[in-house]
Amino acid sequence: MALIDLTQVSKVYRMGDVEVHALRDVSFSVTERDFVAVMGSSGSGKSTLMNIIGCLDRPTAGTYRLDSHEVSTLDRRALARIRNQTLGFVFQSFNLLARTSALENVELPLMYAGVPARERRRRAAEALERVRLADRAHHHPNQMSGGQQQRVAVARALVSHPRLIVADEPTGNLDSRTTVEIMVLFQELASAGITVLLVTHEPDVAAYASRVVVMRDGRIRSDARQGARQAAADLAAAPLEVSA
Amino acid sequence: MNPLETFRVALRALLRNKLRSFLTVLGIIIGVGAVIAMVAIGEGAKAQVEASFASMGSNLLIVMSGSTQSGGARGGFGSMPTLTWDDLAAIRREAPSVKYAAAQLRSNAQLMSEDQNWATQVSGTSPEYFQIRNWKVERGRNLLDSDLDSSAKVVVLGQTVVDKLYGAVDPIGQTVRIKNIPFEVVGVLERKGQSTMGQDYDDAAFVPQTTFGTKIQGGLQKYLAGTIFIGAVSADATARAETQVSDLLRDRHHLPMGTDDDFSIRNLTEMANAQAEGTRTLTTLLASIAGVSLLVGGIGIMNIMLVSVTERTREIGVRMAVGATPFDILLQFLVEALTLAVAGGMVGVALGVFSAGRLAARFGWPTLIRPDVALIAVGFSGLVGVVFGLYPARKASRLDPIEALRFE
Repeated sequence: MALIDLTQVSKVYRMGDVEVHALRDVSFSVTERDFVAVMGSSGSGKSTLMNIIGCLDRPTAGTYRLDSHEVSTLDRRALARIRNQTLGFVFQSFNLLARTSALENVELPLMYAGVPARERRRRAAEALERVRLADRAHHHPNQMSGGQQQRVAVARALVSHPRLIVADEPTGNLDSRTTVEIMVLFQELASAGITVLLVTHEPDVAAYASRVVVMRDGRIRSDARQGARQAAADLAAAPLEVSA
Repeated sequence: MNPLETFRVALRALLRNKLRSFLTVLGIIIGVGAVIAMVAIGEGAKAQVEASFASMGSNLLIVMSGSTQSGGARGGFGSMPTLTWDDLAAIRREAPSVKYAAAQLRSNAQLMSEDQNWATQVSGTSPEYFQIRNWKVERGRNLLDSDLDSSAKVVVLGQTVVDKLYGAVDPIGQTVRIKNIPFEVVGVLERKGQSTMGQDYDDAAFVPQTTFGTKIQGGLQKYLAGTIFIGAVSADATARAETQVSDLLRDRHHLPMGTDDDFSIRNLTEMANAQAEGTRTLTTLLASIAGVSLLVGGIGIMNIMLVSVTERTREIGVRMAVGATPFDILLQFLVEALTLAVAGGMVGVALGVFSAGRLAARFGWPTLIRPDVALIAVGFSGLVGVVFGLYPARKASRLDPIEALRFE
């Protein structure tokens, strides 16, 4: 059953007199538990696609069904609710709140969901444990490495038990080893039943997905399944370093 | 997000920039502080005026005789006796809004104790006089109706006279000579202080009006050679009492329509109200100047909130991405502005109370802190916070999450 189902979705931006067609009649669906990488150069429309799938933006034309619900016509309030309950985001630049502990960063989605403080704390600690950062719960972002910050962001994305995690260039600011660490997490999440949609322009990163979609000029150029490279195996094979 | 949570988040955001938050609310602090201090000074002045009028007597009217006219020269009020003892009796009897009425006949006289002497004003009056003026006897007894009936040679003294003639000695039962006639001191009045003009109320002696007429200043038979003090039944009734007395006297004096009164009535309550009105105007003026500074403080809050929204655009984007609704964001910034303003208001009240106290101590100005004014000031600064916080908060809530997340 398709979790994401886009039918002839277009997105047109108006910049003054110029119309920019960011997406042209894109039809695309993703089944549950899939791990999909969306590739493409900058300006290919992959970010726009991700924003629409992530309910941050609405398509100009076409329909978008998320978990069989039409969401392309919802208002900002309803979209916020979907982002809160059904989705999790991971960004290239981590986007953690500064001067706020890892635990509190992870708690943030639950706060907007109205989860009581005690329950919130428990679930946030649990999520941090899942990304193997339980010992850093009270550190602030500026006291952590990039890899650790991104793991906090992953914990924040999964704390509300979402159906779908949307990751926009999550390894763009990370070195190769921490990249693999993050990919281990995504593969774990996918096998645990969370659909992962990963936007990247690095083939090495896309290699860990089970399906690769390539975009160009607002259209899907290719869409293929592949035997995913196992991140955990890579991590084990890599020479031991002190992971910061 | 529940309100308490929102408040906690707002408080943390404000405490993260302590100096900036403080500088932002400085305008509110000074504004509220100024309002509190100014109103305290204004209210203090008003209370002082009211107290000094209250010490003259409550709901007081003073009726004076008309003026003489010899040749072209016209005497002042009271120079020609037009009021009669029957007028006084008629006022007591026929004016419903009059509670008490009493004559006061005045003369300056030398008073002598055994070893001291002192010139003061001796008044002939009746017991009602002390009711009208709210003047109680501290020691001994007051004048009695029986003293009037028997023209008793008794005197009640003001504190100043007691101090001058007797010092620390108990004057009750002592003999004081007024115009060489011995009077027995039967009572001492409580201290009343000074009038607004600086006249010492306590520098006075009171004898029965009958005794006054026979022993101190020759009686005028049917005419009342002095003034009539009237106490109205209530503060609201003074104007009514004034009209009743005026109508009654005009009727009794057979004055045709269109002619001037041959007497004059002073309404002390009206005068007090006029004075209070003056101080109220002053208070309003001071408070509105202070209110303007409060407004300026509000603009300061708006300014900083706008900066803060721009600065925290990314944070807003993150919050929206993880599920904050536009309303959540609006509320967060509104609560920040409100928290700033109310905290500033409270500190301002403290500052106002403190500076009012300093002014009182330094310049001897009477000040009066009214809790309701403090409450209103804090409430008003809260309102300022909401009004000036609304625009930045709306701006924040309307941000596009994608743009916000991309913001550098």
